[in-house]
Amino acid sequence: MSGHGESFAELPVAPKPPLRRFHQARWDEPIIFELSRPGRRGIAVPQAEGPGVELPASVRREHAPKLPEMSQLHVLRHYLRLSQENLGFDLNIDVGQGTCTMKYSPKVNDLFAKATNPLHPHQHEDTVQGVLEIYWRMERMLAEISGMSRVSLQPGSGSAAIYANIAMIRAYHNANGGEHRDQVITTMFSHPSNAACAKTAGYEVITLMPDAEGLPDIEALKAAIGPRTAALMITNPEDTGVFNSRIKEFVDLVHSVGGLACYDQANANGILGITRARDVGFDLCHFNLHKTFSTPHSCGGPAAGACGVAPALEPFLPEPTVDRVEFDGNERFVLKYPEKSVGKIRPFLGVTPNVVRAYAWIMSLGAEGLRQVAETAVLNNNYLMHKILQIPGASVPWNSRHVEQARYSWQQLSEETGVHSEEIGTRAADFGVHYWTSHHPYLVPEPFTLEPTESYAKEDLDEYAAILAHVADEARRDPEFVKGAPYNQTIHKIDMTSLDDPKQWAPTWRAYVRKHLSGQG
Amino acid sequence: MFTVGFVVNPVAGLGGSAGLKGSDGTDVQREALARGARPRAGERAAQAVRTLLARRPGVRIATVPGPMGVEGAHELVRPPAPHHPEPGRIAGGVGLTTAEDTRAAVAALADVDLLLFAGGDGTARDVLDAVQELGEAAPPVLGIPAGVKVYSGCFAISPATAGFVAADFDGTTAEAEVVDLDEELYRRGEVSPRLYGSLRVPAARAALSGRKAGSSATAEGTVEGIAREVVATMRPGIRYVLGPGATTLAVGRELGLATTLLGVDVVERGGSGFGGVGGVVVGADVSEPELFELVRGERSALVLSVIGGQGFVLGRGNQQVSPRVLDAVRAGGGELIVLATQQKLATLNGRPLLADTGDEETDSKLSGHARVITGYRESTIYRICPASEEFQI
Amino acid sequence: MTHPYIPNTEPGVRAEMLAAVGARSVEEFYADIPAELRLNRPLDLPAPLVAEQDLVRHMEGLFAKNVAGLSFLGHGSYAHYVPAVCDEVNSRSEFLTAYAGEPYEDHGRFQALFEYVSMMGELLEMDVVNVPTYDGYQASGTAIRMACRYTGRPKVLLSGAIAAEKLSKLRDFLSHDIEMVFAPVAANGEIGEVEIDDTFGAIYLETPNVYGVVETRGKELADLAHANGALLVVSADPISLGVLAPPAAYGADIACGDIQPLGMHPGYGGGHAGYIATQDHEPLVAEFPSRLFGIAPTKVPGEYGFGDVYYDRTSFAHREEGKEWVGTAAALWGITAGVYLALMGPEGMKELGETVLSRTRYAMDALGRHVTVRHRDAVHFREFAIEVPSSGALLDGLRDKGIFGGVALDDRTVLVCVTECHSTDDIDRLAAAVKEVLGA
Repeated sequence: MSGHGESFAELPVAPKPPLRRFHQARWDEPIIFELSRPGRRGIAVPQAEGPGVELPASVRREHAPKLPEMSQLHVLRHYLRLSQENLGFDLNIDVGQGTCTMKYSPKVNDLFAKATNPLHPHQHEDTVQGVLEIYWRMERMLAEISGMSRVSLQPGSGSAAIYANIAMIRAYHNANGGEHRDQVITTMFSHPSNAACAKTAGYEVITLMPDAEGLPDIEALKAAIGPRTAALMITNPEDTGVFNSRIKEFVDLVHSVGGLACYDQANANGILGITRARDVGFDLCHFNLHKTFSTPHSCGGPAAGACGVAPALEPFLPEPTVDRVEFDGNERFVLKYPEKSVGKIRPFLGVTPNVVRAYAWIMSLGAEGLRQVAETAVLNNNYLMHKILQIPGASVPWNSRHVEQARYSWQQLSEETGVHSEEIGTRAADFGVHYWTSHHPYLVPEPFTLEPTESYAKEDLDEYAAILAHVADEARRDPEFVKGAPYNQTIHKIDMTSLDDPKQWAPTWRAYVRKHLSGQG
Repeated sequence: MFTVGFVVNPVAGLGGSAGLKGSDGTDVQREALARGARPRAGERAAQAVRTLLARRPGVRIATVPGPMGVEGAHELVRPPAPHHPEPGRIAGGVGLTTAEDTRAAVAALADVDLLLFAGGDGTARDVLDAVQELGEAAPPVLGIPAGVKVYSGCFAISPATAGFVAADFDGTTAEAEVVDLDEELYRRGEVSPRLYGSLRVPAARAALSGRKAGSSATAEGTVEGIAREVVATMRPGIRYVLGPGATTLAVGRELGLATTLLGVDVVERGGSGFGGVGGVVVGADVSEPELFELVRGERSALVLSVIGGQGFVLGRGNQQVSPRVLDAVRAGGGELIVLATQQKLATLNGRPLLADTGDEETDSKLSGHARVITGYRESTIYRICPASEEFQI
Repeated sequence: MTHPYIPNTEPGVRAEMLAAVGARSVEEFYADIPAELRLNRPLDLPAPLVAEQDLVRHMEGLFAKNVAGLSFLGHGSYAHYVPAVCDEVNSRSEFLTAYAGEPYEDHGRFQALFEYVSMMGELLEMDVVNVPTYDGYQASGTAIRMACRYTGRPKVLLSGAIAAEKLSKLRDFLSHDIEMVFAPVAANGEIGEVEIDDTFGAIYLETPNVYGVVETRGKELADLAHANGALLVVSADPISLGVLAPPAAYGADIACGDIQPLGMHPGYGGGHAGYIATQDHEPLVAEFPSRLFGIAPTKVPGEYGFGDVYYDRTSFAHREEGKEWVGTAAALWGITAGVYLALMGPEGMKELGETVLSRTRYAMDALGRHVTVRHRDAVHFREFAIEVPSSGALLDGLRDKGIFGGVALDDRTVLVCVTECHSTDDIDRLAAAVKEVLGA
């Protein structure tokens, strides 16, 4: 007889069930304003020694802002609880956010990022030689990876890099008598930011639709190009994960009418060291450092982008560039201002902490490592695709080869059960994973996009496929149950209808209080 | 109480399995039954009702007696006491129905909040007729796909989806086009869709998922955006021939003109200026000879939308745009401007747009790539080819 | 060796996976890439530092080449004190490595960002604040575009007291379809006399401006804009708003700016994020290109859910025109700024503002004994300009003494920045060094 009372379970512990019995933290946390109590403080501030400055009434704040008043522990605890109600990459098999290239961001690189904290961007060159050297070395490495002659690391994200590329395209044409070129050509399965950035920059956008094989219609390109063509902006492999093997013809066609070819390399992860932008003839390209080069996604930024250019575009690079000069046998890194620069794309040199992280990541891998990244990402994708296509009701349109990701369809399952792709995703998250459908328009019905980067183990891919298989089966047996998800997450199903009603929507707490708590409507 | 009306065309889909490419007309229905076809519309309708009841338990189902209602719906629905002669019995026999039966059933259910009908494009046309007779009093409708031909926009993509959409219906509606093929021609291998009008259907709320924080919230090209782009590129002094359809109707609206949904109209834009460019209708709902007179010797351009699910831009519902009209437009230096949202083109799955003017030489002259306006400052270049090439008989 | 970051390079598992797929080698997956496009050699990159400690040594070697000093640098990036809790929260793996999950499994991100915009709303006295855009430059560019779309007038009057680099960005972003007209800078450092007519869509003002001068004629400019059917757009530094009136208080229609001072380190330009705010006026809300998060109820009473407010913002504005992209911007800095504002509270923000005002004044007086301080009679927050015989010579001399004395605006003007992190001793040291360098 043990001092622990009656035995109710036996050793050995039974094997784990096939699927993880996940439940996310559910803290039922109030909104931070509800935690406030007048007079409390989270941090003290040094007081002014001298006499205070009297402000004129025209600029003096009249009413103190109604910020929460909380002690430090309670601020910390609130945010730590919220953090537990968030599913970071480090905690899940994050293959479900296709096109986003969710990969491991090594922890050691965060230490290097923090080392940039005290550096002020207006410090004299002599005092920041270390960080400038990192910029210069990073540029050289990306130039080698892309085949381009120079690379700007200034843009704050992939989309900002696309915008910077468009700015350079415009500057190039303006400097070469091509002011009349007002059309940008892109493809349906290129990232939608290509069309959006071109429009922001004032271009008319011509989008090539996929042909019956799912690839952009080259005959349509022939009909689209002409004296008004400023550039082709194209992703390859496209967001479907299919590599367009006629890409060189696309580039050559655009060149034949005096247009520039610009390569969106957001999907570069599967082709690092395999094929390069410049070798295909592209004039510009961009990378997302937070995708291919591992910097963390940070809930949606800060990210970082890089623009690579061929020699003809160098004079238009965003300013400043980091150049290496030698004198007296010493090297020195200096800021230079290209003669016809498009100017600033964002403040200062770039998102330095992420440039440093990405630099360290490449340094930890080298040429052979990058090739392993690409090959493993592609192997992982083809393996996962093999598993997913065994699930009844799942399919992949166009019987083509896939590189690093694939866009699938639940069309059959959805028609049979009435359960939509996003509902399957919400239910899948009950097992502790993310899932994403795709961008508009839904050329692929009931889509989902999986991108298993090199970071995942085979066991991870097996687990993810098993989760989707389970949910698909549930959809057949009990569609209402799937539609009622989530069950094991932070909160229950949300009624979103008020979010589109101006009388009800509450984009801030003060709007919520005014509309819903003060009784004034 | 939320009431959903419910009409089944019991013979919809009958012809399909019998290889008859449609089920319009009692002769065809008899032939199909003779060939051993089994009705499936009731089954598919029941599927939609099951989903509806599961998702919105308290809902009241109203229907009509007979094969268009209670029998079609199997054991799931018990109708109110009969208050109407049984539609569907009129034709007698084994529940074969006529268009008149469908219209009668719809009229009997005019006071519901939403009317579900199971059938195909032919059924949709009959429902459209009934709705037009009822006018303002007509309820919004939604099709349960059960026919051989389902090209109209008023159908849900599957019976289960119809059930879900009905259950979630909050009164918000949108217009959806009704198109149909001439079955007689279809049986001979000719696909000939025509636009018949539009029905009020539940506006399917955009899926709330898939909003990726990091990524472009690129709004899809809208019909209004397309219309603005067309108007922005219009030049004074050119006659624009607007084909039938909701998209070309929006072009008229953007110009401040009351053009027709089903007819071919000819317009010109006014001078430039802010606050709407304005324009004039040169000819409304014109016939082929009228159209020919309007474009002959004039500078003109063609603005056509894509009709039906197969991608027809010429020869279906716009036969007024005849070979000689096309020649006249071309002689005037005019271009062919096609309008379609990217989503509509997406449903073609890479198949080309089709031209079938009835004249092979004209069709082959059109063969190639056409500019398709998909939104404001947005277009695509899309393949267009003679229908005879695409549908080898 | 199996690389520590790439588990499936292990040969056994690789073979197993290839067998499952039925492929002989990964080369089969690349069959669509034509031979002539292949790179048939290894990339020419430095030898890898696979061992973490080797990488650390390499990186430490590079960082050792940077030099620290007593810094009075500002001009767009500010070294305010960053509370340890800010770094603690934004280093959490759950936030740092997440991206774009749904409002269920990523509820924490939605709530933290909703709380950030809500606290900004209190600070700004505005009801609608966006999830952060890239930086203050982008926020200004977008805010101006919003105003021009809203009014249908592609023309803006901008304050002349804007940083040159920011102006470069605004020119690139706006000038191809928006006419930019510049207001003069008055002798006191504020915006000069201006006139507009009904062709202008907006007046754009910054406060404190590039000279650290607080603009005092906001109300007058708001009235002028409104009388002509235009909007007033004000870029205001949120850290000043514990003591300074928020733009909404004097009639601004759109407020914008950079939140880097609210808990982000300078990070050599890495700490930036932009905010844009308006009142809850539907047609103006329709012009936001960025995401807005709002509260929504769930199935369970008492439980908060969140989602996108007015996601398809197309009904009022023709978004196709001058549409802007939304990219991965700076969400983590939004969360961090929320933590900062919660820690500070109303009292903290007020005291911080008073300390900065007071120390700025102290520094102006201290330096004013040795050099000419410009715009001395104006209200300054955090920054002020001094006139010197040679900016370069002064800054070089100070750097030799371990002081980063300021940012050269031109050959003879240096911008000096003082925050709550500078003690009066630090300021005295600067003043003494300036005297010494100029006297030498």
